[in-house]
Amino acid sequence: MNLPNTSGLRRRMLFPLLGGALLAVSACGAPSDGPPAADTQLLNVSYDPTRELYDEVNSVFAAQWASEHPGEAGVTIEMSHGGSGRQARAVIDGLEADVVTLAVPYDIDQIASTGLIATDWQTRLPRNSAPYTSTMVFLVRAGNPENIRDWDDLVRDGVDVITPNPKTSGGARWNYLAAWGYALRQPGGSEAAARDFVRRLYANVPVLDTGARGSTTTFVQRNIGDVLITWENEAHLALNEFGEGRFEIVTPSTSILAEPSVAWVDRNVERHGTREVAEAYLRFLYTPEAQAIAARRFFRPSDPEVLARHADQFPALELFTAGDVFGTWSDIHAAHFADGAVFDQITAGAQRQ
Amino acid sequence: MSQARTTSPARRDPPVLVAALIGIAIAYLALVLVLPLATVFAEALRRGLEPFVEGVTHADSLAAIRLTLLVAAIAVPLNAIFGIAAAWAVTKFEFWGKSALVTLIDLPFSISPVISGLVYVLLYGAHGWFGPTLDALGIKVIFTVTGIVLATILVTLPFVARELIPLMQEQGSDEEAAAATLGAGAWRTFFFVTLPNIKWALMYGVLLCTARAMGEFGAVAVVSGHIRGKTATMPLHVEILYNEYNFVAAFAIASLLALFALITLAVKTFLEAQFADELAAQRTR
Repeated sequence: MNLPNTSGLRRRMLFPLLGGALLAVSACGAPSDGPPAADTQLLNVSYDPTRELYDEVNSVFAAQWASEHPGEAGVTIEMSHGGSGRQARAVIDGLEADVVTLAVPYDIDQIASTGLIATDWQTRLPRNSAPYTSTMVFLVRAGNPENIRDWDDLVRDGVDVITPNPKTSGGARWNYLAAWGYALRQPGGSEAAARDFVRRLYANVPVLDTGARGSTTTFVQRNIGDVLITWENEAHLALNEFGEGRFEIVTPSTSILAEPSVAWVDRNVERHGTREVAEAYLRFLYTPEAQAIAARRFFRPSDPEVLARHADQFPALELFTAGDVFGTWSDIHAAHFADGAVFDQITAGAQRQ
Repeated sequence: MSQARTTSPARRDPPVLVAALIGIAIAYLALVLVLPLATVFAEALRRGLEPFVEGVTHADSLAAIRLTLLVAAIAVPLNAIFGIAAAWAVTKFEFWGKSALVTLIDLPFSISPVISGLVYVLLYGAHGWFGPTLDALGIKVIFTVTGIVLATILVTLPFVARELIPLMQEQGSDEEAAAATLGAGAWRTFFFVTLPNIKWALMYGVLLCTARAMGEFGAVAVVSGHIRGKTATMPLHVEILYNEYNFVAAFAIASLLALFALITLAVKTFLEAQFADELAAQRTR
């Protein structure tokens, strides 16, 4: 039945063949050592919507550092992006970030509470260590079919709202606080009214992604929802990437001044010997040059002069800060986002209905 | 057994029904398998060959490909050695706790890969059980290639052992016993009796193990740290590119992964044919 000779022959042929394939694989897999001139490496652990911003900032900074430090090792900046809360968790678990550039100050506070960053980090750099700011706006489908103008329109019946999960996403926390602050500041507004407003809003959310970029993909690529609440810069990026004809940005009457914050990670820069370059990198973010890059990427520059020059890009709206309305970030977290706090209560309620 | 049972039921079914069933099966396969696979290649080549090549040959993409091959090149041989050792122990010897060991080997199949990654963070993370000690010694596990390799080994651990155990159980230890009575030592018995008997199953297990090692996402995502060009394997790099709206490059890398899978499938089919011959030959002996 069988032809043992043929199969024996095939066997003999196949073994060297597979052996060769394995050798080839391990040869390819041998780690390459890269260029011999060892650049100083700086790891920037950041949140989702800053990918394009730091892509540009990093190359400009590296060039400037090289020209100011001739004869010294250059600097290469490595990037890691993800939901802000998840990224903070990774740094706490041992991801050796030299600098963190995260979406909310609370995430940096969390890292600081483990002793990796000095607790007074927010005072080490100008403007509360927030080199650029942003705000939360709406992205709607072309022609604004649901006629969405302001926060009130998001709690109407039948409007599907896309926003990420505030437990994991920094942007989502700003969204939540912006909605709460809006309701609170309406005539006759109260804590109870704001809570009810936010509860109704989240009852309209069909998908809670873990990060801002995931929500953008849900809205833009998967075509789910009538309105996406997102960073102003993220809304503009989606508009640029997918064509102005498909989406429109709606700026509400009021929103929150979102302050994404930056800090160098003391323990790690000490260990890597990168304190000087890490600090220079973060200070570079405040220079007119970097501020202009931020403005072009639709982050609101904190430098008033650069902001004035790009004023036509940023519609005027009433902005309130988290500090004005809610107090400190540890209070905000305890009251709203901790396990069993308001967000858990209102979403559990929404599911029961 | 009644007479009716021995007739093939298909022969009595109306041809329309047979055709409908076959049609449904083919449509189902096309919908859930062939179409998505075709989409990967179509998306990758949507803007022509040049952006595809650009996407694949970008420095970060090449780094991801290298890392993926490196991880597979470490994890697969280790799991092959472990798989042979485990299968040998389980099938040639009787010992206390044997069935517990067999069950344990299967555990990575039933655990969610995310948990497989998280246990390593809990063990070796900065605040994990061994984290502070290793840190003092200057050894980094989590968010490095080491962590990625460990997570991959855990997830792909059962593949080789699972292929070998049923075969070696069937073969029994008669031939090894015969070799021993003829004076062959343990290594000699292994290399000249056992290994030739199991080599096709071993190859098959190694292929499956390799495919999974290269494609693993969940466990690796947890321990990677997602540093571009450094700790991003191919599946993670696909996610990064996708999140950057770089769909052509994302699908280009995805199509490479799909290509690896198709090659694996082709080799596997070939091996299966070989393997069947061998088994049949061994049974008739």
